[in-house]
Amino acid sequence: MDENSSARLKRRLLGIVHRIGLFLAMLTICLPGLWIVLSSLRPTVEIMAKPPVWIPQEISFDAYVAMFSGIGKGGIPVIEYFRNSLIISVTSTIIAVAIGMAGGYAFARYRFRGKSSVFLGLMLTRTVPGIALSLPLFFLYVRLGIIDTHFGLILAYVALNVPFTIWLIDGFFRQVPKDLAEAAQIDGCTRWQAFWQVEFPLAGPGIASAAIFAFLTCWNEFALASQLTRSVSAKTLPVGLLDYTAEFTIDWRGMCALAVVMIIPALTLTYIVQKHLVGGLTSGAVKG
Amino acid sequence: MATVSLKKLTKRYGNIGIVHGIDLDIADREFIALVGPSGCGKSTTLRMIAGLEEISAGSIEIGGRIVNDLPPRSRNISMVFQSYALYPHMTVRENLGFSLKIAGAAKEEMDRRVAEASAILGLDTLLDRRPSQLSGGQRQRVAMGRAIVRDPDVFLFDEPLSNLDAKLRTQMRTEIKKLHAKVQSTVIYVTHDQVEAMTLADRIVIMRDGHIEQVGTPDEVFRRPATRFVAGFIGSPPMNLHEATVDDGQLAFASGEKLPLPAQFKTNVATGDRVVFGLRPDDIYPTGHGISSGGVADVHQIELPITITEPLGNETLVFVEFNGTDWVSRMLNPRPLRPGERVAMSLDLSQAHLFAAETGKTLRS
Repeated sequence: MDENSSARLKRRLLGIVHRIGLFLAMLTICLPGLWIVLSSLRPTVEIMAKPPVWIPQEISFDAYVAMFSGIGKGGIPVIEYFRNSLIISVTSTIIAVAIGMAGGYAFARYRFRGKSSVFLGLMLTRTVPGIALSLPLFFLYVRLGIIDTHFGLILAYVALNVPFTIWLIDGFFRQVPKDLAEAAQIDGCTRWQAFWQVEFPLAGPGIASAAIFAFLTCWNEFALASQLTRSVSAKTLPVGLLDYTAEFTIDWRGMCALAVVMIIPALTLTYIVQKHLVGGLTSGAVKG
Repeated sequence: MATVSLKKLTKRYGNIGIVHGIDLDIADREFIALVGPSGCGKSTTLRMIAGLEEISAGSIEIGGRIVNDLPPRSRNISMVFQSYALYPHMTVRENLGFSLKIAGAAKEEMDRRVAEASAILGLDTLLDRRPSQLSGGQRQRVAMGRAIVRDPDVFLFDEPLSNLDAKLRTQMRTEIKKLHAKVQSTVIYVTHDQVEAMTLADRIVIMRDGHIEQVGTPDEVFRRPATRFVAGFIGSPPMNLHEATVDDGQLAFASGEKLPLPAQFKTNVATGDRVVFGLRPDDIYPTGHGISSGGVADVHQIELPITITEPLGNETLVFVEFNGTDWVSRMLNPRPLRPGERVAMSLDLSQAHLFAAETGKTLRS
């Protein structure tokens, strides 16, 4: 075998190993999701079976039907939970992104005293686990009378997300060349116009990704929500999962079905927005 | 169109001075080039004129109106950036028409002016493309088009050609010159490339460390440099500069070599003066191979060893050893020369320069 043939063979073999590696990685990532979907469609006996049953014997949508059947018939107030989740997640995302844009822009564009310390301080807040704050927050919220309200949870989520959105959006504004805003000002824009006409559209994909992350954090958050909400009027979907636990039993099938219902909007939103997250939009702005 | 006047213009960042109170008057329709090495304050000066940097002291007048505190949009200027700064999310047409859109111009007016500018710069076929789909030269033209569309009082160029390759740079230089002839507006052009400055400008402002070293026409700054810095900065290859001491009608160099004191300086210096002797590569050449060979009065002959040669086709740069360093000379109608060979060199001392060693100022009266 000559040198070229063996190099070709080696390249092909490496390609195959590469693909197997990728397949295994994807399997590891996707399997839990697939397991939830499968579990929502089969009886509890099969879910609890040891060794696990990989291929379901029978598939039924009973858990989904029951979920919407109303209280007393195995149902839970899923519509209310969904509405709460949506209101809380969307509102807190909008606020966090708005603050993140202002903060990120300031960090990216302006020089001011204590800039690095403030930035570090913001990042350090991310090191505190949310659950550690839940008890102090609980007492505070009870005193303020905002326990078990949309407002209370929105406030907590905004605080949770703002450092992250600032950090992410700061990075995206840094990638937009300063020259562009200056060129816009020479072209007759005010600073404000230059931001909205030039810098915002270019940092748009970054802001969208910050929004997705913030939304998903709120949508999936359980620890704080389980402490700060009690009633149907404020509970979010992740907290709603607990409705499937009783004193001695856990309805795994129902819980998995609700988890699927929770995943669908998040997945859809991510799918819609990811198309806009194209990089390289700024290519061609400057230099050759 | 307008005059521009800088009076005691100063820029400081904290305690660090960048531009130290410069004065400059630019006439209407004049093409002026600010030139100097990196960090000399030329771009900062331009950005202050544009309104992109606040001024620390002094004043800027455009068209007789003081604009010190006016935002860029109120100065009726346009600027071409080194990075082009095209809006990547807009097509060429939208880039060109952006300033008109912001000003609220009617669509017909916008179309007409965009068409005019694109015709001047040959952008007609590119109007629907985005900047990322253009070559470096095309982007540069769009950036100029965007400046033209505004019909400004003053055009500001901030090293607009430095991102282009050598060939394109030469081509765009010619286009900028043609453009200025066509639009007849006041232009302030910043560059670190003295060739660009020489070829384009009516007058050149040479800056160094936040000060103006000399203002003059290309011919003036080339032939009568006011300082040693200007002499070394303008001209390619640069002027040969050597420290010497005046010694009884002669220039004595550190190596012990001597040259006659050029006649034009005889009354300006005295024995013992420390000076810097300067001679352009054009004014030193292997005998019989110079620009001015034949008929020049003050030609001094000296035999010097060749270190290296750089053939350029129609001419050869010959490096000869003098005073312990290389001296570059320009040889026309070249013949083959070998390193180490000693050749008779002609020094046209009537073209020589002398600068005071301490101050660097010219000793020409």
